[in-house]
Amino acid sequence: MTVSVGHYNYEEKDRAFLEERIVEFEGQVKRRLEGSLTEDEFKPLRLMNGIYLQLHAYMFRVAIPYGILDSRQLHKLADISENFDRGYGHFTTRQNIQFNWIALEDAPTILRELASVDMHAIQTSGNCIRNVTSDEYAGAADDELMDPRVHAEILRQWSTLHPEFSFLPRKFKIAISGSPEDRVAARFHDIGILARPSEKGPLFRIFVGGGLGRIPVVGQEIFDSVPEMELLATLEAILRVYNAYGRRDSLYKSRIKILVQTIGIDAYRKEVEEELSQMDLGRYRLSAEKVAAIRARFASPDFVDVPDGDAVLQDHKATNPAFAQWVDTNTHKHRQEGYIIATVSLKAPGEIPGDVTAAQMHGLAALAERHSFGEIRITHLQNVVLGHVRKDELFTVWEGLKALGLATPNLGLVGDMVCCPGLDYCSLANARSLPIARKIGARFGDTALQAEIGALNINISGCINACGHHHAGNIGLLGVDKHGDEFFQILLGGKFGENARIGTILGPALAEDETVDAVARIIECYLSKRQDGETFLETLQRIGREPFKEVAYATA
Amino acid sequence: MQLLDLGSRKAHYFETMVSLADLKAGSKGQAVLLKPEEEAEELRPFMASLQLVLLQFPTFRDGRAFTQARTLREYLHFEGEIRVEGHILPDQADFLKRCGVDSVVLEEGSDPALWFKRLKSFSFNYQSLLEGS
Repeated sequence: MTVSVGHYNYEEKDRAFLEERIVEFEGQVKRRLEGSLTEDEFKPLRLMNGIYLQLHAYMFRVAIPYGILDSRQLHKLADISENFDRGYGHFTTRQNIQFNWIALEDAPTILRELASVDMHAIQTSGNCIRNVTSDEYAGAADDELMDPRVHAEILRQWSTLHPEFSFLPRKFKIAISGSPEDRVAARFHDIGILARPSEKGPLFRIFVGGGLGRIPVVGQEIFDSVPEMELLATLEAILRVYNAYGRRDSLYKSRIKILVQTIGIDAYRKEVEEELSQMDLGRYRLSAEKVAAIRARFASPDFVDVPDGDAVLQDHKATNPAFAQWVDTNTHKHRQEGYIIATVSLKAPGEIPGDVTAAQMHGLAALAERHSFGEIRITHLQNVVLGHVRKDELFTVWEGLKALGLATPNLGLVGDMVCCPGLDYCSLANARSLPIARKIGARFGDTALQAEIGALNINISGCINACGHHHAGNIGLLGVDKHGDEFFQILLGGKFGENARIGTILGPALAEDETVDAVARIIECYLSKRQDGETFLETLQRIGREPFKEVAYATA
Repeated sequence: MQLLDLGSRKAHYFETMVSLADLKAGSKGQAVLLKPEEEAEELRPFMASLQLVLLQFPTFRDGRAFTQARTLREYLHFEGEIRVEGHILPDQADFLKRCGVDSVVLEEGSDPALWFKRLKSFSFNYQSLLEGS
């Protein structure tokens, strides 16, 4: 068997586990069909296997642990989309993939197809610990302090069918990063973990109670330096307090953020310390040997010397301006000499953010196989990363991407929007978020214009559940229902990362086309007011919201 | 009342079941009902005399009893019987057992076979593999 780079390699016991899980689920489906399980009882069980009932069909969400796939897995996802869906899939902000048109009776077959490539849909939904997310540049970025993937895998295993925490008050999301650049939005998770090395082994800085959704909250630090051997005990203690005291009387007040806000971070920390003082720390100790055993099932890319990497890359850039543009926006420095990280934008102008066709999936898998050690990463901004590309092969990769319609040079720019599926698919939504994303994408489709505007995140959610993270966008759009019509609120000033911030509402909601015009005027206002090198957010900070509000609501 | 044993400890029948409030008021019960909103920690003064703690599931989605059971076993070192009642699914059998629950009050019409099947569904669990020595 081939060994995959980038994620944990399954052994027989892991495969046996997946088969046992599928057999269990088949039994549950059978009991539901016979009537011995009510729909109310079946629902949480199917959700914990990734199956939602949406507006038009069942939606199936497949786990991509810490966002990393290998080529054979991506080929398989493409096959599933062709055989059981409509030939495309949708990458989500939690690094998973969703299929929107699945028949319930196909679910066990699809689960077996996934298991054949060591994949599953466990805990991609439900009131349990969800699939763990991580840094899309993990193990590759030059700015990284520590590769977080081994610990992300430990968290995956620890949280899988956890006996105590499978029926929590509400869903529970954990993200882990090993870079000071916080590419995982650690402060917008129920638990966010920033890992760093030390002389005595890895240390973990832990945030709790962050989240977007109806009530956006920036997470607070509960511990600064948890040693590796106490990582699982600490997480057990945090979850134990939440499971005991988290509210269960209101769907909208049941996340850990509400509990942390209600009692305060200091009281929460005290409760957790109280748990830890009684806990058998020997039993919950994460030993260096266990970590080493899991690390041993990860493979590293076999890097080679690339003597002329920079020179070849410069030559290609000099002769091809479109390529040069893409390199400038869509690549990131690799820690290994001669290599580079390439991000593939899934935000072509006018397309649905995060959507990929089966042909594109097959194409990406093939490109990864040839040029990135067969490894593909999904980002929390709904793009795809080829993590380890030789600089002298980057031009070939770009040509391959161009042929797939995936060479859009807009990473981090206006066109790189994050957007939920909205009312086109989702039963919770108030408004369609995809059409407005497409209109804004088309309005700013011009590559030169996007480059001129510079770094700017637009986030769009179709309802206050905020799956498009509108609170964290520099410009956020929130779909609302106004007497049966779809309107959008505009938020300004949100930000992910080290100084995460929640955007605030600018003024009254507008109809779809008016919103697109208002966004365009806000951006024009920024272009006219900005000083040398200022980003949108910096200009906003300097001049305040009023000038933007004025232009947004100016009527011709 | 149909009782199902999850593990080695056999379920025992007790004539009277007292509440936490009763215990605190001086009742000498051996079997206590601990409500979901009550803290297991409150039973600490009564550990020597208690032989049964009954926990409740108002709905199978309300998982507080899992934490109560673990608190009883891990912090209070309770060695008597832990029993659960209420709306519980056989799909939760293994989770209950692993949190220290011994017996389940089966609802009318429940099939014990489903419970025993679920106890044998998985050949291992990830949490035990990660546990220290």
